[in-house]
Amino acid sequence: MAKTIPIRTANAPSQAFEYFSTKKDELVGWARKFSLFPYPFVTACCAMEFMAVSSTPYDTDRFGAALPRFSPRQSDLLMVVGTLTHKQAPILLKVYEQMCEPKWVMAFGACATSGGFYQNYAAVAGIDKIIPVDIYVPGCPPRPETVIDAIMKLQDRIAHSHHPIINKNF
Amino acid sequence: MTSRLDNVQQQLGLQVGGASRSHGSLVLELARADLLPVVQRLKTEFAFDLLLDVTAVDWPLKTPRFEVVYHLYSTQHRDRVRIKTAVELADPAVESLVSLYGSAHFMERECHDMYGIVFRGNPDLRPILLYEGFVGHPLRKDYGKHDEQPLVPYRI
Repeated sequence: MAKTIPIRTANAPSQAFEYFSTKKDELVGWARKFSLFPYPFVTACCAMEFMAVSSTPYDTDRFGAALPRFSPRQSDLLMVVGTLTHKQAPILLKVYEQMCEPKWVMAFGACATSGGFYQNYAAVAGIDKIIPVDIYVPGCPPRPETVIDAIMKLQDRIAHSHHPIINKNF
Repeated sequence: MTSRLDNVQQQLGLQVGGASRSHGSLVLELARADLLPVVQRLKTEFAFDLLLDVTAVDWPLKTPRFEVVYHLYSTQHRDRVRIKTAVELADPAVESLVSLYGSAHFMERECHDMYGIVFRGNPDLRPILLYEGFVGHPLRKDYGKHDEQPLVPYRI
């Protein structure tokens, strides 16, 4: 009869906690990546493309990012869809600050990314001058495939990142 | 066939500095003092009952530098008049048309925002498209293309 090699010696302490803490990030990441509740901060013509990507042919529901929440307190993905003007920047900042951790930000389209062709007195040249951005979606407007690619990349990042139970803000 | 606009032009003849045609509408160039009386006549005698637009043009090399432009429309006769009044940089003021047209309120506010034209008699020239605290007039040619006045401090 073959001799079995014990994984741990009989008198060693339980390693359940170590096992749990390495798998915890994976579990939380898996849960979070499929429950992205987007908050659509929709300011301009990219909204049309946002509607297209939300509706049946492309259907972001498949990625768990289907349910737009119209309260920032219930959402964890801020999608800034369209041009941000200087007049609106304080509103965007307030919405971002109202969102609970963990939160992610998507700059949807050329204007949200860099100001696009609005290089003038009215427009902010990219929302990253106001709030931190996790993922940029190029295009004017972006193709739905591009948006889905961005959502999937963001999901990958969420799945493989560290999810502390307690962080500096909590 | 003399059109109605020819008739309007003839009857206004004495008060008007220059009159021409452009794209089927009558173009009048008025001195600043003539503006209000002529528009008054156009409204009451010639049925131009709709003020479509108030805007301005900045000619950086011309004196006087600004032209304030009004577009009037007659819903009864379906024809248009464009009125231009030149004003100087030192005193960019014209009489307001709010006593004649309610729509002048907001359009004059916008023109005041963008070009700094002062409409004497408009009771409320607060910013309408710009925000409180904005310095300068962004559609003037001497406003820098990249001059920004952010309300939120930049993080980078």
